[in-house]
Amino acid sequence: MINASLKQLSQALATKQISSVELTQLFLDRINRLNPTLNAFVTVDADKSLAAARAADARLAAGTAGLLTGIPIAQKDIFCAEGWRTTCGSKMLANFVSPYDATVIRKMEAEAGLVSLGKTNMDEFAMGSSNETSFFGPVRNPWDQARVPGGSSGGSAAAVAARLAPVATGTDTGGSIRQPAALCNLTGLKPTYGVVSRYGMIAFASSLDQAGPMAASAEDCAMLLNTMAGFDERDSTSLERPVEDYARDLEKPLAGLRIGLPKEFFGEGCDAEVMTAVRAAIAEYEKLGATTVEVSLPNSHLSVPAYYVIAPAEASSNLSRFDGVRYGFRAEDYSNLDDMYMKSRAQGFGAEVKRRIMIGAYVLSHGYYDAYYLQAQRIRRLIANDFVEAFKSCDVIMGPTSPSTAFKLGEKAADPVQMYLSDIYTIAVNLAGLPGMSVPCGFVGGLPVGLQLIGNYFAEAQLLNVAHRYQQATDWHQRRPAGLE
Amino acid sequence: MLRLGGAVEKTFMIPYNAFHFKTLCTAIKSLGPMSLTLEQVQRIAHLARIEVSESEALSTQGHLNGIFELIEQMQAVDTRGVEPMAHAQDVSQRLREDAVTEENRRAAYLAVAPETEAGLYLVPKVIE
Repeated sequence: MINASLKQLSQALATKQISSVELTQLFLDRINRLNPTLNAFVTVDADKSLAAARAADARLAAGTAGLLTGIPIAQKDIFCAEGWRTTCGSKMLANFVSPYDATVIRKMEAEAGLVSLGKTNMDEFAMGSSNETSFFGPVRNPWDQARVPGGSSGGSAAAVAARLAPVATGTDTGGSIRQPAALCNLTGLKPTYGVVSRYGMIAFASSLDQAGPMAASAEDCAMLLNTMAGFDERDSTSLERPVEDYARDLEKPLAGLRIGLPKEFFGEGCDAEVMTAVRAAIAEYEKLGATTVEVSLPNSHLSVPAYYVIAPAEASSNLSRFDGVRYGFRAEDYSNLDDMYMKSRAQGFGAEVKRRIMIGAYVLSHGYYDAYYLQAQRIRRLIANDFVEAFKSCDVIMGPTSPSTAFKLGEKAADPVQMYLSDIYTIAVNLAGLPGMSVPCGFVGGLPVGLQLIGNYFAEAQLLNVAHRYQQATDWHQRRPAGLE
Repeated sequence: MLRLGGAVEKTFMIPYNAFHFKTLCTAIKSLGPMSLTLEQVQRIAHLARIEVSESEALSTQGHLNGIFELIEQMQAVDTRGVEPMAHAQDVSQRLREDAVTEENRRAAYLAVAPETEAGLYLVPKVIE
């Protein structure tokens, strides 16, 4: 049961093979046993989860259940969930119990009847690519516990990879769903910006942040995205679009699919063995009837520099709300109001968060605003235009998700720039606002490799189709780490 | 509003957004170009309302200068005539009726504050 797909779990619950309470307890037991080593969850509340499971069982008995009612899920600790401690991986919010639900949480729990198992560890305020900036300590990669799971959704990735949860939520500002999915052998999807509501999702960089599913397969991602997506008037950038069934095209044949291969993604900078796995995956697609065409994203090398202006700028503004007045951490001793702000923020934020707030403050300042912030926004336009041009000759773009497999804990922690370059292939997608996925496509030295799929705006159903057909022809996504029974 | 400058003078306090970003931006104007000196790092930290010790400022200086070296790559690009892109979708801001749509949950929201009294947030005295 712990390796079952959402479809199988849904079936088992519908036919009374297992109750939601039993299923929830099964995963809570695994969390109890394995989480002390992996540190994937920062908050677990068995009573709350079991109460939700009992309510789900009542819906199942009454015949009012939906497709996912009673299925357990791990929630990234960036989503406010009423009555749950919501920390965003920070000391600043270490004791914050949210008084309200994020829209994503409300849709999953109240509407779909999913059962939250707990809140997963993450880089502090989602700023990181290794989960090492968390106030609650690093997460260990289930494939090799001396290595990072990726970040910032590292806890969600480790939880699903170790089967502490069947599925999880993640958020992706510069690669935070796709990169940990790649490093932990998961399927993860970052939707088109505006498809999933940001209400109640603690803001990092508002013009880039987007939530999405992390799961063992594209089919599971499609089912989960169906419960997450949709217009929300409480999110000012939520898009008013007709409701979609993201699983509708899963089985479509791939004959005639045109795959664009950006020459910039297949040059220097990527581990050779990772590249071999990626090329083998593309060869598999050709066997499935797809054709490839070289495309170019000439400004993609500027995506990391532009991102590290835009994201910190938005973060410095968003994180100004943490002042020790209305919620969150307040320092013990201070001499006046100003000192209270300074000390609360100095003691409440970790080093990486402080760095980004300071970069943001600097690049937005008068005299530097044009040279940095506006220049970054202009480059953002150039990057988005590159994709528009590329999609004229292809349906989907492919390449590596991450330039390497999971690196060792501590390996890049001392050098922020090296860490930032972990997201070299994922960041451009956020800047353009496009949907992107990572799909398991092989192993190097026992560590998973992810294939990145990039779609045109609102092409989630197509991306899921492209990923699903590959997963029917391969079994990479079904491999599980050893020693976690 | 807090006036930022050599000596911080407090006049009155706005309960939300206690230090306003635009003020911060204007105040930061006097800073010099890359790379950042230790003094500049300390000044940015102050304007961002983050207390830093001398040793923290030193390590932050090294990190920030490394990051700015990465960012500087942008300066070589000719972007004349390119419209800045603030947002992924070029849609206009949605408007709504000017009406109350949220229920009053004052008690629940005050309950998570570090210190409250009589339904108000409590902060150190700012008006003599």
